[in-house]
Amino acid sequence: MWPKIPFQPDQASTVARDVDQIYLFLTGVTVFFSVIIFAAIFYFVVKYRRRSEHEKPPEIEGSLTLEVTWTVVPALITVVVFVWSSSVYFHNARPPRSSMEIFAIGKQWMWQLQHPEGPREINELHVPVNVPIQITMTSEDVIHDFYIPAFRVKKDVLPGRYTSIWFQATKTGEYHFFCAQYCGAEHAGMIGRVHVMEPADYAAWLAGGNRGETMEKRAETIEKRGENLFTRLGCNMCHAPDGKGRGPSLVKVFGKRVKLNNGRTVTADEAYLRASILTPYKEVVAGYAPQMPTFQGQVSEEQVLQLIAYIKSLGAEQQSSTGSKQP
Amino acid sequence: MHYPRIESHVHYLNVNYGIRSWLFTTDHKRIGLLYLASVTFMFLVGGLAAVLMRLQLVEPQGTLLEPDTFNKMFSTHGIVMIFFFLIPAIPAVLGNFLVPMMIGARDLAFPRINLLSWYVYLVGAILTLIAILNGGVDTGWTFYTPYSSTYSNSNVLLVGIAAFITGFSSILTGLNFIVTIHKMRAPGLTWSRLPLFIWAHYATSLIMLLGTPVLAITLVLLALERILHAGIFDPKLGGDPLLFQHLFWFYSHPAVYIMILPAMGVVSELITCFSRKRIFGYKVVAFSSLAIAVLGFLVWGHHMFVTGQSVYAGLIFSALSFLVAIPSAIKVFNWTATLYKGSISHDAPMLYALGFIGLFTMGGLTGLFLASLATDVHLNGTYFIVAHFHYIMVGGTIMAYLGGIHFWWPKISGRLYPDKWARFAALVIFIGFNLTFFPQFLLGYLGMPRRYAFYPQEFQVLNVLSSAGASVLGVGYAIPLIYLIWSLRYGPPAGPNPWGAKGLEWQTPSPPPTENFEETPIVTEEAYAYASEDHELV
Repeated sequence: MWPKIPFQPDQASTVARDVDQIYLFLTGVTVFFSVIIFAAIFYFVVKYRRRSEHEKPPEIEGSLTLEVTWTVVPALITVVVFVWSSSVYFHNARPPRSSMEIFAIGKQWMWQLQHPEGPREINELHVPVNVPIQITMTSEDVIHDFYIPAFRVKKDVLPGRYTSIWFQATKTGEYHFFCAQYCGAEHAGMIGRVHVMEPADYAAWLAGGNRGETMEKRAETIEKRGENLFTRLGCNMCHAPDGKGRGPSLVKVFGKRVKLNNGRTVTADEAYLRASILTPYKEVVAGYAPQMPTFQGQVSEEQVLQLIAYIKSLGAEQQSSTGSKQP
Repeated sequence: MHYPRIESHVHYLNVNYGIRSWLFTTDHKRIGLLYLASVTFMFLVGGLAAVLMRLQLVEPQGTLLEPDTFNKMFSTHGIVMIFFFLIPAIPAVLGNFLVPMMIGARDLAFPRINLLSWYVYLVGAILTLIAILNGGVDTGWTFYTPYSSTYSNSNVLLVGIAAFITGFSSILTGLNFIVTIHKMRAPGLTWSRLPLFIWAHYATSLIMLLGTPVLAITLVLLALERILHAGIFDPKLGGDPLLFQHLFWFYSHPAVYIMILPAMGVVSELITCFSRKRIFGYKVVAFSSLAIAVLGFLVWGHHMFVTGQSVYAGLIFSALSFLVAIPSAIKVFNWTATLYKGSISHDAPMLYALGFIGLFTMGGLTGLFLASLATDVHLNGTYFIVAHFHYIMVGGTIMAYLGGIHFWWPKISGRLYPDKWARFAALVIFIGFNLTFFPQFLLGYLGMPRRYAFYPQEFQVLNVLSSAGASVLGVGYAIPLIYLIWSLRYGPPAGPNPWGAKGLEWQTPSPPPTENFEETPIVTEEAYAYASEDHELV
């Protein structure tokens, strides 16, 4: 039996449909122009084939009208595609405010995914259907890339930075995710599955009803872990909530514009918080002395994410923007 | 039939014999042949790696090679094919042989620098082969940091040095061509009378001269990072992981045009000769080469749409990438229009040229999917990319290279090859090529990432198709290798101008004498003046 050849990937997110429409349009453009060129070549090659060695073809220098036509027509088509495709891209670059946030860490050669409620998964990701999900990602070693073909989303996962993607799944089911940036020997093995579930099933899964084997036992929420770590590392000794400590208060700091002692102003996003934990001497808040010790080497990327989640839970000005954030 | 050696005149091949007369030659034609032998050998090395990859991917589990070995195979394939075949193939073989002849010069401006460029290439190639045999390299041809700078345990440094050295061979060739084209044109050969092959090589040389040093700098930085842990690219050392990609693509995107522009030049020569017409829109075709060379430097960011670079940077790079597509489209339309009312022969070089137009058209149009931001997000890093650039690099550059070799072979060797076999081979290559790479467009859209040593079951059918096509393609490439070598001894003498072509290179005996022309030619008409009265048919 001849196996079925698939031609279209699953279309399982709100974004997928938009992307596929552009894909289809471009396929149409490709077919249209290829057919014109192929047909013209074929027709000319047959019709004007050399019949005698003494043929003298007419002298044709060119035609301004034709040159302008075949410059302007492709130009117009590219303008249409550019505007259309860019607007879809722009829309997809901003996660909705209401997104549920999941953290992902890529390392040679596995994916670690952390739910806000606590569960942590390896190479598996359970998400509810019809809910916008934002995944904030970083790498522990080389550059990876988180790619879910069925959702048409992909973003590099970089060491020392946070990038993020978001999607809203529209169909329950299981879909592949891949590492799409070559990362070493077992690159091809750095793949996993997204399980899109009905919200009720997802809630049951979270409660521990039907978890897979890669799951840990019911865990604390990520904020709770971050809080424990915050205390254990002694962060609370200086970062008192009332602002009277040796360091600034972290209540409602996330997303706020912060004035630094070098005169610059930065937004306290994930990247800034991470940098402030690992290299605190570089960007010090105005009015405070550069006395915080570095926690480089003492906390893992995962723990940094827990601390950030805890700080976020202390209140936020607004959702962070997306895109790459350099610490 | 057995034809005697061509002894009727003294030419560049029989003027003297012996290995020294080749290794110390400063004749651009002999240097072109030295390059021909070297790039053909490197093509076989890169091709062997491709064969192993396609065999591995017949099965989803990929049991033939260890993943690590597979990674070394695709790295070898990319590095060898790009740095040691595609970049030098047309300029250093055909360009070397033809640039002086087409402009009526005796040699390039700096014959000894020309020989030096071949030795520099040879050192780079030998170092690369040593690195491959001595454990290989597993970073891909792109050397992305921090994998290449910190994590890879393979011969990154040696291959980096090899690529660095080989770059200078490009720079020297580019420099030589620019000076030669400016200073050594025959009397009467004004810029607007130059063959388009020369325009294309001029544009290519500009890129070689301006772009390659950036690659050299990037590789030096990579070496500093790897040896001294300088902290340039690895965030753990305080570096920036994306800086490398900006520097790398600033050279490597223009490098794509180093590979395709000379091919476009070849096709312009073939289309005009075999339809006995002047090119449609000479000035437009010539200037579109320069436009591509300039715009090519401004689009590197389209390789980085999913790296998390600013969305505004993405917008600008997307717009510029669409823009660079237009001069290429213009060329395709002009070549097609040249055929109109021509006297079109179906000789083998013409079949390659027509194959080029078709495959390049598809390669170019699928590039739009990748210039477009939203679709690039899905297709970047998948087999769609692999298919797209093979349509340009293999369907485009190699088709044109083979077309050029077939066109100028009578001039190079003085012999004709069996035309039926040549046409048959062109057809086999065209079919094998499409069978190999078309399924990869579908694989990419389905989401199969590139550089996977094993893959999920659902991708198998298309992978098997692609591997089957690769075997056809391999046979297609083997046929010309056999009959071209055969023709060196057994081919009938070609005479000075077997195609009735117009360029200056056809006005001298085949093979040409060492000094190319007995008397410096004087040019009185435009390129491709097939309609002029003194048009002589052989």
